[in-house]
Amino acid sequence: MKRFMAFVRKEFLHIFRDVRTLIILFGIPATQILIFGYAVRTDLKNASIAVLDNAHDDVSNDLILKLEASDFFTISNRLNSYDDIDATFKKGKIKAVVIFPEDLAALLTRDGHATVSIIADASEPNTASLVTGYTSGILNDYSAALTKHITTGLPVISPEVRMYFNPNLESHFMFVPGVITLILIMVSALMTSVAIVREKESGTMEVLLVSPLKPWQIIVGKVAPYFFLSLVNIIVILLMAWFVFKLPVRGSIALLIAECMLYILMGLSFGILISTIVDKMENAIIITFMVLLLPGLLLSGFIFPIENMPKVYDYLSAILPPRWFIEIIRPIMIKGAGFVYVWKETLILAGMTLFLIVLSARKFKVRLEESSG
Amino acid sequence: MDREMAIEVRDLVKRFGSFTANDRLTFDVYKGEIFGFLGANGAGKTTAMRILCGLSRPTSGRVTVAGIDSGNPEAIKRRIGYMSQRFSLYEDLTVNENLELYGGIYGMTMKEIRQRREELLQRLSFTGYCETLIQALPLGLRQKLAFAVAVFHEPEIVFLDEPTSGVDPVTRRQFWEMIYETASRGMTVFVTTHYMDEAEYCDRITIMSEGRIVALDSPSALREQHGTASVEELFVKIARPKNTNS
Repeated sequence: MKRFMAFVRKEFLHIFRDVRTLIILFGIPATQILIFGYAVRTDLKNASIAVLDNAHDDVSNDLILKLEASDFFTISNRLNSYDDIDATFKKGKIKAVVIFPEDLAALLTRDGHATVSIIADASEPNTASLVTGYTSGILNDYSAALTKHITTGLPVISPEVRMYFNPNLESHFMFVPGVITLILIMVSALMTSVAIVREKESGTMEVLLVSPLKPWQIIVGKVAPYFFLSLVNIIVILLMAWFVFKLPVRGSIALLIAECMLYILMGLSFGILISTIVDKMENAIIITFMVLLLPGLLLSGFIFPIENMPKVYDYLSAILPPRWFIEIIRPIMIKGAGFVYVWKETLILAGMTLFLIVLSARKFKVRLEESSG
Repeated sequence: MDREMAIEVRDLVKRFGSFTANDRLTFDVYKGEIFGFLGANGAGKTTAMRILCGLSRPTSGRVTVAGIDSGNPEAIKRRIGYMSQRFSLYEDLTVNENLELYGGIYGMTMKEIRQRREELLQRLSFTGYCETLIQALPLGLRQKLAFAVAVFHEPEIVFLDEPTSGVDPVTRRQFWEMIYETASRGMTVFVTTHYMDEAEYCDRITIMSEGRIVALDSPSALREQHGTASVEELFVKIARPKNTNS
């Protein structure tokens, strides 16, 4: 045990002495949270919208004035027909189109009810939901004011919301689980594979293997510090999400941490596996990027919802551990789901982890026997 | 002559598939001697050395290192020291930290480490460098330190794998003085090299060619036997693989 601790101590010295490692460990998570966090804005100011006024009556004019008068919107386009809507969206500046039906005022007085459509550009899901929310708010205020004057019946203008491009707004609030998923891969898989390959490259691995340290002690000693640092990282990310963006973890923190540990183990075994395959640090970096990080970013559902992908990519993403991890921590963090809701995904991730551990342990043994000069 | 044996090798064979890297090697290394292991690249030196160090198992034959059978590599590893041909200290750690690391790995207590460190640094006149990062040390000092680290835990046998490759002549000279000094304290030194002038410093040398031992004796005896003026000449004469000519 003492031999082992002397070795682990040295590993920590490596980490804390290398500025680049420290930046990757702590700088990147912090910046990612800030970047993704601020990209998801929670306030709305002077968003450009367009109106398609088919009514041209008092009610529609009033509503347009109210929209214009609010700080939230600038009406930058007045459309003449439904055909203009698509082109307007494609230009990209307009966040939403508000459509007033023909005979708006007449409908209100006759039926006491009318519908105003709001179509939002949901390629920016967060902005889209804000725009529709604020517009609906203004419509509701107006109809509330109307009901005071008209005593008979309840004339209500109900907003009808449609999301354009991305109907189900799935990527909402996804950034914290997504950032955790990527950061953990970077720290566990990327940094461990690099750390082990570095020893091979420098020739110190040979010396360690000749020493009384057992091979498994060397490997566990190399990855233990990264396991620890990954956990620290999760806590930093969660605290930042909470304090800077008021994003709480709705589910059990213990469950979340336990799932993260499983995922870290997966990453570490992946890193070990890579380190048994390659002899150069660059190659370790490239393989981790191509096999885990990039597909993890694109196909795990972090940025692009899996539901919107062609089926092929859906199947492809099923072999990626990050996809399952996101599907585990998203419900835990956002919906407050318990273990009963994620046990299947957890089982899949555990299976993948076990597979990687066995594979890397075997590969490592084979490498030891084979390497001869 | 009945001297105590540090290493005993009998009919050692190591095969990789159909390739025979070591073909029935038999030799002894006596306690306290400097034993040179010579051979061209690919002659099987490294394979044999890896087996002696417990890194790899023989296909057949019997190997005993420091009195322990090669079937128990863990016990062998505790009794030997090793210095690789590549520089093997951690450059981002200080001299002290490197010594603490290797001392710790070999199971030395902190007290022992401190005590022996003082001695060692004094003997090498290294005292001013304790807190210096290895990467800031001049190359010659680093090489000496690497050797000092390999014998820091006072092993019975130290294996040096081409320890002086890429080192300037002055440093090589100093390095060999350290080896002599170590051997004089009773440690067995097993060294591979491709510098033939260094072979002359060894008590006994063995020359390998194509997986076999083709010569084994003291440098002077070998020169006499083969009627050559230097080990270099001798090596060219007997160790050149038959299929290559220059």
